[in-house]
Amino acid sequence: MTDGSSAEERGWFEGLTRGDLDGARDAIETGTAERPADWPEQAIEAGFADDEADYYDALGEATRHAAREGAAERELSDDQQLIHAIRAMDDAERTANELAEQVAEWAGSRFEDVDAGIEGARAITEREPHSPGDERVTDLAARVVDLDAEATRLRAFTERTAGSVAPNLAALAGPVLAARLIALAGGLKTLARKPSGTLQVLGAEEALFAHLRGQATSPKHGVIYTHEYVRGTRPEERGSAARALAGKLSIAARIDHYSGDRRPELEDELDARIERIRTRGES
Amino acid sequence: MSNDSSESAKDSSGNSPALSAGVTYREFEGDSEPQLATRGTPVYGERTEGEWRLWDPRRSKVGAMYEKGLDLRLDGGEKVLYLGAASGTTASHVADFARCVYAVEFAARPVRDLVGVADGRSNLFPLLEDVRTPASYAHVVEPVDALIQDVATRGQAQVARANRRFLADDGVLIMAIKARSEDVTRDPADVFESVLADLREAYEILDTERLEPFHDDHLAVVARPR
Repeated sequence: MTDGSSAEERGWFEGLTRGDLDGARDAIETGTAERPADWPEQAIEAGFADDEADYYDALGEATRHAAREGAAERELSDDQQLIHAIRAMDDAERTANELAEQVAEWAGSRFEDVDAGIEGARAITEREPHSPGDERVTDLAARVVDLDAEATRLRAFTERTAGSVAPNLAALAGPVLAARLIALAGGLKTLARKPSGTLQVLGAEEALFAHLRGQATSPKHGVIYTHEYVRGTRPEERGSAARALAGKLSIAARIDHYSGDRRPELEDELDARIERIRTRGES
Repeated sequence: MSNDSSESAKDSSGNSPALSAGVTYREFEGDSEPQLATRGTPVYGERTEGEWRLWDPRRSKVGAMYEKGLDLRLDGGEKVLYLGAASGTTASHVADFARCVYAVEFAARPVRDLVGVADGRSNLFPLLEDVRTPASYAHVVEPVDALIQDVATRGQAQVARANRRFLADDGVLIMAIKARSEDVTRDPADVFESVLADLREAYEILDTERLEPFHDDHLAVVARPR
């Protein structure tokens, strides 16, 4: 492209009516130009703005609107919602467990027969408080029970959302692991673009970088370790199982991102592959 | 559009010559040493003293560059293209003394905050675009006097070269190179060398400076277009 053609390029404001913010958003998002130009000057010449200050007012209004709406739209897309949901689920579960520990510690100093964990906290809520101190403990225990119930609801929401965002990936990996992979990659699109070797070690970044620095062996698996096909395979074959699983998950993520239709045959292929890995070497 | 900060700030004397008009050291309550500051609407809970708000070099690469005494060749009143604006912390300070700032950021979540920052600033223009494809915003951004780049992606020199088209021939490139974004396994000094070599295809390097202790493994670069 030569410099001569840049004169024909159109600024975002061309053909726009002042105050048409949705039109401006569309022009900003979809327009292109090979090179910048003195847009304030051109806008004034075109009668879009009275002077530079007026142009900047219009530009400010348009860019803020476009960026606000564009960001909100992207944030609402389902894979981003899924990422929020699984992080909230993890936080709620972890916090409930930590608080339950604290409740058990404290309650043990005031009541008889206190059990640890969420169930222990649930039992505390049944106790009759006899003092302001007792009351704080039973109230805190009630919060633990509430938070645990919310974590359960978040898990259900996460599982449902994962199934609609990435049906193939959720079917192969299980919905929670699918959500974790999407969260670690930052979105379904970025996950779909990663090579399967990267997917295989997602969540094991620390070990991977130690390996790349030459200080450790390469990690065989990241968060996919939670999958039965990796965890349930004997240690000598775990690397192969992880590689096979990552390969199929990576294909599933690509189908989910680029086409979205269900491919049940993926599961059969994976099952067969794992079966072969698990039986080889056995006699 | 009003931008009186760059005008009236020029009378603040006693600063090192490297500081741009509108950037100054002010005494903030509770600090023994004067702190870097610009004048404008506070945005992220930073401390203020009158109209001045503290510019924390630990939260801002450009703030750290001033703190390290680098001459950024900014006089105040420039038109600026800011690549990798994130939530707009640094962009808001630059907008306090620049004529206008085009702030490009591609991640949706920080753009939500960036728009909030821009709401109170008539000269800060947020753009939800990818810095690797300048053609997607060249129909909005005019030629600028300064290109500020702080992007955590591989190919940082490539981004600076691709965006050279926005920069006036006598303009300035101010860039923070993040070594870990290029290659976590290589020694940062080697990474900086290869990014600089790539950068020299399009720019003449004027100054470089490591940003420790404010930012680990970052190299500040001030350059002019070739």
